[in-house]
Amino acid sequence: MGNVPTTVKHCLSYKQIIEDYPWLRSWLQEEKIISDHDYPEFVKIVEVGPRDGLQNEKEIVPTRVKIQLIDMLSTTGLSVIEATSFVSSKWVPQMADHTDVLQGIQRVPHVRYPVLTPNMKGFQDAVAAGATEVAVFGSASETFSRKNINCSIAESMLRFEEVIRTAKDRQIPVRGYVSCALGCPHERHVEPSKVAEVAKKLYEMGCYEISLGDTIGVGTPGSMFKMLQAVMKDVPVNALAVHCHDTYGQALPNILTALQMGVSVVDSAVAGLGGCPYAQGSSGNVSTEDVLYMLQGMGIETGVNLDRVIEAGDFICNALDRRSSSKVSQARSRTL
Amino acid sequence: MMAAAMRFVNRSTLRLGMGQQYLGFSSAPKEKTASVRAAHALPAKVKIVEVGPRDGLQNEKTVVPTEAKIHLINMLSESGLPVIEATSFVSPKWVPQMADQVEVMKGISKKPGVSYPVLAPNLKGFQAALNAGASEVAIFGAASELFSRKNINCSVEESLQRFDEVMKAAKEAAVPVRGYVSCVVGCPYEGQVAPKKVAHVAKRLYSMGCYEISLGDTIGVGTPGSMTKMLEAVSKEVPVSALAVHCHDTYGQALANILIALQMGISVVDSSVAGLGGCPYAQGASGNVATEDVVYMLHGLGIQTGVELSKLMDAGAFICRTLNRKTSSKVAQATCKL
Repeated sequence: MGNVPTTVKHCLSYKQIIEDYPWLRSWLQEEKIISDHDYPEFVKIVEVGPRDGLQNEKEIVPTRVKIQLIDMLSTTGLSVIEATSFVSSKWVPQMADHTDVLQGIQRVPHVRYPVLTPNMKGFQDAVAAGATEVAVFGSASETFSRKNINCSIAESMLRFEEVIRTAKDRQIPVRGYVSCALGCPHERHVEPSKVAEVAKKLYEMGCYEISLGDTIGVGTPGSMFKMLQAVMKDVPVNALAVHCHDTYGQALPNILTALQMGVSVVDSAVAGLGGCPYAQGSSGNVSTEDVLYMLQGMGIETGVNLDRVIEAGDFICNALDRRSSSKVSQARSRTL
Repeated sequence: MMAAAMRFVNRSTLRLGMGQQYLGFSSAPKEKTASVRAAHALPAKVKIVEVGPRDGLQNEKTVVPTEAKIHLINMLSESGLPVIEATSFVSPKWVPQMADQVEVMKGISKKPGVSYPVLAPNLKGFQAALNAGASEVAIFGAASELFSRKNINCSVEESLQRFDEVMKAAKEAAVPVRGYVSCVVGCPYEGQVAPKKVAHVAKRLYSMGCYEISLGDTIGVGTPGSMTKMLEAVSKEVPVSALAVHCHDTYGQALANILIALQMGISVVDSSVAGLGGCPYAQGASGNVATEDVVYMLHGLGIQTGVELSKLMDAGAFICRTLNRKTSSKVAQATCKL
């Protein structure tokens, strides 16, 4: 039963009970955490519009427009803007002006401008053009790897190893991408363990961050959870990013799931640039504006100004003569 | 001291008992707990309440012929949906798109096991609904005073009193009543809406006898942040098993909001085939979340809905052809292009 006066004292004063039984405080706080979810306080957005976005748009955008887009994005607070791709212009004509773009943009302090480099030649061209960060692209699906870059996953890893080693020597950070993390247009289902294997290889080779891509947007919170569970066994969660496509409308719930699992880096594209190359006319990248709206609503800091991103989105959509894929942007422009 | 400790234990057990299926208290390391929380016990089954024929068509610019409405509802019945909101017994002066309410109600082939609720804003509408063969009705409250006045010309309290009449008549006729609360996470006039206000209105409707309360994000401004706060407040007053979410996708947040609701124990979701029904407060912007996209997510989570996605998409394709508009469902857009 206990000491009646003590019990009465505790009933009357929460402060008193906590003083006498300090372990109770953490017990009570856990209750708050359970209902609150333990979300990251800060999420880094990696803006892929100028590269992944424009690479997958039908219209080829003039160099000065690309430069202006990147310059506008540089004033929004975004800390990483993927500027271009040093792939052969034979394969990706939209990125043929890679050197001019990289040399034409105004580099804002504290903003990074990674570029894609699929091999040593691309890497060397990128460095010559002034690149200070690069990215390499692996795949979790063998068939996708062969069809996309004409070699097996293992062969592509050897190729990247060379790039990463050289980059390390020059103190150039390398980001690794894993495509088809939640499904492949050819193989359909992709085993989470395969994604983990490729992610682990890239991380161990020296990539500072691994971006897990739902290339055809088929993932759901169910498959996202299973995939991240597998990858997180081999790669620390603070080195992981998610790159979700919105082809089936699942991008935001997938990103939410990733946040709940501790991921705090999200790739997105202004105005949702970049359709899906495997479902003609369908959407591809998730829009930066919609991601920002969600994060802001959750009280998660990003350092990014939503209105300025919307402006940049309006600019590029005018230039492309297309409607924004961002619902936030559409709603804002129509609100009475 | 034991008494105080027992009080804390009881409160936690109560919360668990109320259907909030949180995993147990844990002092496990942060990383492990994070992934454990993401695997929140989700409901094994979710009931989809299809609002396309009513909420959807009511908010489309084009008025759809009666036969097309009937055909749509019949196709939806075949897709496995358990609840299809068929029409609205509101005065055609206010909602011309629903003027053929009686013909629609009498013309559809009612599938056994499927409910066909209709809106009944007042006693007159309720009686007309019953005469037309309705066996379930729905009433609409608002969590925002300004919205209530602008939308139905009276205060929230006055509207609840009006519904009281409908509730009494419905009880006598043994007709179940579903309650809607609009503006649960934002109002086009008032801006932010206090979760307590939503809880108050939800509780009133529930106490009056509504078997289920559908919480509507009328202008789609909600996010997982505001959704969590609102649901926490409401679930203190109404058992979570009697709650549903009605999310609009105007800002692209609907599926994320629905996922949060599922994680908090909610197992009834309103949606509209092909995402029919734009937002009346942001001309040209989207409104209702598309049923196809919701079903895709639920099935991907291993949650049963009883719905056959392909038949649902057929219904969506049909109504979009009739309306001469593109579907708002991303699943439908992606699927027909592969």
